[in-house]
Formats: sequence, C-alpha cells, structure tokens
Amino acid sequence: MSMDRREFLKIAGFSTIGIGVGWILSRPGEFLEASQFLQTKELLKAKQWAMVVDMRRFKTEEDYRKVIDACHKIHNVPDFGNPKDEIKWIWADTFEHAFPGQENEFMPESMKHKPFILLCNHCENPPCVRVCPTKATFKRKDGITMQDLHRCIGCRYCMAACPFGARSFNYRDPRPAIKEPNPEYPTRMIGVVEKCTFCEERLAKGQIPACVEASNGALTFGDIADPNSEVRRLLNTNYTIRRKAELGTRPVVYYILDIPTSVVSGGESNA
Amino acid sequence: MLEKALVGGKRYWTWVFFLLAVVGIGFITYLQQFKLGLGITGLSRDVSWGLYIGQFTFLVGVAASAVMLVIPYYLHDFKKFGKIVILGEFLAVSAVTMCILFIFVDMGQPMRIMNVVLHPTPNSIMFWDSVVLGGYLTLNIIIGWATLHADKKGTKPASWVKPLIYLSIPWAVSIHTVTAFLYAGLPGRHFWLSAIMAARFLASAFAGGPALLIILALIVRKFTKFDPGREPIQAIGKIVTYAMIANVFFLLLEVFTAVYSSIPGHTHPFKYLYLGLEGHAKLVPLMWTSSILAIVSLVLLIFPSIRRNESMLALACIALFVSLWIDKGFGLIIGGFVPNMFEKVTEYWPTLPETIITISVWAVGFLVLTILYKVAVSVREETAGIELEH
Ligand code: SF4
Ligand code: SF4
Ligand code: SF4
Repeated sequence: MSMDRREFLKIAGFSTIGIGVGWILSRPGEFLEASQFLQTKELLKAKQWAMVVDMRRFKTEEDYRKVIDACHKIHNVPDFGNPKDEIKWIWADTFEHAFPGQENEFMPESMKHKPFILLCNHCENPPCVRVCPTKATFKRKDGITMQDLHRCIGCRYCMAACPFGARSFNYRDPRPAIKEPNPEYPTRMIGVVEKCTFCEERLAKGQIPACVEASNGALTFGDIADPNSEVRRLLNTNYTIRRKAELGTRPVVYYILDIPTSVVSGGESNA
Repeated sequence: MLEKALVGGKRYWTWVFFLLAVVGIGFITYLQQFKLGLGITGLSRDVSWGLYIGQFTFLVGVAASAVMLVIPYYLHDFKKFGKIVILGEFLAVSAVTMCILFIFVDMGQPMRIMNVVLHPTPNSIMFWDSVVLGGYLTLNIIIGWATLHADKKGTKPASWVKPLIYLSIPWAVSIHTVTAFLYAGLPGRHFWLSAIMAARFLASAFAGGPALLIILALIVRKFTKFDPGREPIQAIGKIVTYAMIANVFFLLLEVFTAVYSSIPGHTHPFKYLYLGLEGHAKLVPLMWTSSILAIVSLVLLIFPSIRRNESMLALACIALFVSLWIDKGFGLIIGGFVPNMFEKVTEYWPTLPETIITISVWAVGFLVLTILYKVAVSVREETAGIELEH
C-alpha cells in the first residue's frame, strides 16, 4: 500500500494549492488510480495489456462454461435469471452477433453458429471513458479500462456509448442474486455500472486473469507492446480479427478464427 | 411578488391541489424506485435509456423555444410580443426544472449527483449539458423576474438585464445543440450518428415549444382577465408552421439517407420504428400516430385561412405537440437502442411505476408553471391598459 515519496509530495502539493489537505487525504481512492495503490512487488506490468481468443480451442460446451464461470464466480457476478436485469462480464454469442456486418450466407456452418467469447475490449480509444461525466470510467496507464464503482452515478451514458455491449447496469441489488459469494472480492451496490476489469486485482498479485487461467490455453493475455510476448507471437503467426474495428475504438481483444481443417488442408493440397 | 401566487379563486386552488396530489403519488413511487432500483422500470441491459431520458430530451426543446419570442421582440423590436414574452421565459423555467428532475430520477445513484460538479469532466458532453442547462435556468429566472418587476412598476427593466437577454439567445440554441451532441457522437449507434441531429433538435424545438405556448396563451386568455392578444398568437403560429416544415423535412432527409444507402445499421432502426423488425413492432402504431398527427398539423397550419381560425390553430398545435412528443420523447431514444449492439431486438415499454413518476415530474413542471403564470398574469391584470416599453 505504500506510496512512494514523490507521489506523496505530488499529491500533498496539489492539495495545498487546491482544495485542502485533509479532504483529499481522507478520500485518497478518488484521486489515485487503483494501480497506483496496489504497487506490490508481484504486480504484473505492461504497456498495453491485450488478449487473444483462440476460437480453435473452443470445442465443447465445457470449454465455454469453464472460462465464463471462472470470471463470474470470483467476481461475484450476480445471476438474476432474466435477460432484462442481466449482469455479465464475459459471455458467448454467435459470429453474426459478435461481428455484425461481417457475416455472410455462405460462411462455414461451423463458424456461423459457433459462439464467440465476448468481453470488454479494453479499447485504446474507448468511448465509454470519453462520455463518463464523473471519470468513474477511466483508462489506466497499462491500457485497462477501469470502473470506479464508488464514483459512478449510474447515468448509463457509458452503456449508450460502448459499441460492444460490454457494460452491465445493476438494475437491482446484486447481493441476493450471488449464488456463492466470494469473500475475497467486493460485491456491488445497486445503481452502478460494471464490467470486466482484466482482473486488475489478480494482476496486482502477480496472477493472470481468471478466465485465461481457466481456458487451457484458449485465451492468451499479455503485453502487446512487447514484441517478444506470447500475444504478439500469436498475432504474428495467425490471421486475427477484432470486433467492429471500423469504429476506431481500437479494441485489444483479438480473435483467431476457427476455420474448418478440411478447408485449410484442401487449400494446401491445391497449392 | 410571489405572494400573488397565494391569492386565487377556487378553480386555481383545485388545480394546485390536484397537481400536488399527483406529485405526492409520484414521490411515493419514486421512493420505491430509490429503494429497489431502476429494475422497476422497463429499462434493460439493451435499452438502458427510456421514457425519463426521452422526456428530458423533449423538454430541453420546450425550454429552448422561448428564444423564438425573445429574438423577434428584443432583436427585431417586434412590439406585439411584449405581453407574451414573459410567458415564454417562465415556460422555459418550468421546462428546465423538469429536465433536471428527469435526469435525477434516471440516475442509478442519485445521492452522488454532485460528483458531476466535484469531478468536472470536460470531455463528457453530459458535463457540458449540465453546465448549459444550469446556466439557462438561472438566466431565465433572472430575466423573467426582472422584466416582470419592471412591468409591475410600469417602467423599463434595469439596463443590466439587456445583456443577459442577448446572452440568453445563443444560450438557448446551445442547450439544445449540446443535448443533441449527447447522442450524435456515439460510435455504433447508427440512428443517432447523424450530423443533422442538432438541426433536427432545434427545428422540432422551435415547433413544439411555441405550439405549447399558443395553447397556454389561449388557456390564460380563457381563464384570466389577461389577454395575450390575437396578433402575437397568430405570429407565433407562423413560427410554428415554418419550424414544423423544417422539422419534417429534416426527418425525411434522415429517412432518405438510411433507405437509399440501405446500410443495414442505418435502416434497421427506421424499420423497427415504422415497420417492425423480426416480428417486433411495439412502437409501430405509436410512430405512425406521430406521423399522421404531423401531417394533420401541417395541413391545418400551412393554409393561412385555417390557421387564422383560433380553434383550428389550437387543434393544430395540440396535434403537433403530441406528434413531436411521441417522436422525440419516445421514438428517438428507443430507436437508438433497438436493435442493440448485436443487431438483436430487445423491446422496451415503460412500466406503471415509471409512468407514474414521469407524470408526476410533469406535474411538478405544471405546478411551477402555474405559480409563475399566476404571478405574471396578476401583474398583467393590474397593469392592464398600460403600454409597456422595454
Ligand atoms: S469494450 Fe466498451 S466498455 Fe470496454 S473499453 Fe471498449 S467501449 Fe469501453
Ligand atoms: S454510469 Fe457510471 S461509469 Fe457509466 S458514464 Fe455514468 S458515471 Fe460513468
Ligand atoms: S479478464 Fe478477468 S474480469 Fe475480465 S473476463 Fe476475464 S476473468 Fe473476467
């Protein structure tokens, strides 16, 4: 939890010029990013975190369930059992819904109906951050789009702005709808927006995101700014697509498509 | 001067207590929403703004429309508006009050409303919207009050009011432009992603607001001794006509772009609203009602001989107001969310609690309006006959 001296002096100086020492120090969480607080030795660092979803590795229902459950269980994501009040951080939907406009009639059946794993894209140019009137949604230096649940006023402007449907709103008190609460992670209050945080709480402890850990290699997480990282290796050696790249939000979740092997090998034999 | 609101006949008090009762019912319902959350509304993960934000958007237009009286009167010295301009300014006060309340009831964490001020965020249009709305409310309260005070004494308003009046003109345009920007700059919301949005907002505002003002002026004439005069009402009628023509024209431009380009993202919301999409057609009857009322109002307004008949004019204004209310207070917001980000259709319909809260916010607005108009009319009744110079 220790802040370094420079950081402290910066804040102290800022507060004397500005609004009053006592008031700011009593609300440190509102003035510092979570990342600046959780400066631990184990912290995983990156210039820009990114994820690669290898759709070739999602075969059975179990493959999907593991990944989704891993996230929703540890993060106390409630289950109301109806789509109206639904909260989801990571979920699966068909190609045509995940990539509207990209589908065509003649694409391989296997891909047309294959559910894609979807989550917040932690866009490099995120409209959700741009519109938020309180800075409750903000961008961390390592590229994670964060959500400060204590500052959010529940205006839902970010939901209108996110073109990926990645944000959920707590229309009801989530607590009674959490099946097995995880005491290690906070639950949320009514009336705020929430979403995937790239497991910043795990990164701070030197762990990779829970969904990645549970995915058996189907999800890869890493620093896209580092040319030697695993994500970069995957991007170098595979054709990948991103959701609605044309909107310019610059998503950092990449998808390797599951092109049926028969198609690929057929292509090779012709060559 | 406010004491004038405390003396009134039986009809006045019945009306005031009726409004208070509606406000009371709405307040109790709101407490329910406060406790249980916005889950008691029809809103969902896919349609996250609905009736509340629609009313807010619509009423910003009503507020902005005061400028249609202020410009001719103060800028072009159109003396005939002298008696009626105060009604426009007070209508703006009541409309902005409702806007602020609608934003408030739409918030998930209303206790944190001050966060917008404590953490000013210039990159958020919502921040600017709160700035311009707050400013406009203040301007109109000051201007309205100062001119009324002057009226009472039969003098000109103090010289410091003039600059404020001039300031209020671009300010009125700004409140509606900024509100249009709330929607117009969002990636992936095809229905709203249109450069003409702000122009459409202004055109509909300059039609809908003055139409309401005509209705109000006719009511005032009927129930009080204050007569805003036939000529100003006819003049506003012309404003309403031209603004409505522009509004319908702008809407047709949008339809053309969507339909002729036939880009699915752009056509789908229109299909959903006017024809139904994938078997979902909840809004279709409503949207056609709006279109038909728009045509009816235009027919009544465009022919001067019909427009000159005051009851026809009133009819046209009511049709126009309802048409715009459906179009802007409902369809425009829902069309932005349906189909959703995944090109799937999730429909929305307001629930009973949501409707009660909405009606009671309107009741608050009418209460504010009644009180302000009562004061204005009482002053007018006293000074009847005195020719006013501003
Ligand atoms: S996916 Fe949506 S919520 Fe996530 S960063 Fe991008 S715009 Fe924001
Ligand atoms: S709902 Fe919360 S996070 Fe989203 S824009 Fe509003 S204040 Fe920001
Ligand atoms: S990165 Fe973490 S928070 Fe995001 S979906 Fe995966 S497990 Fe959930």
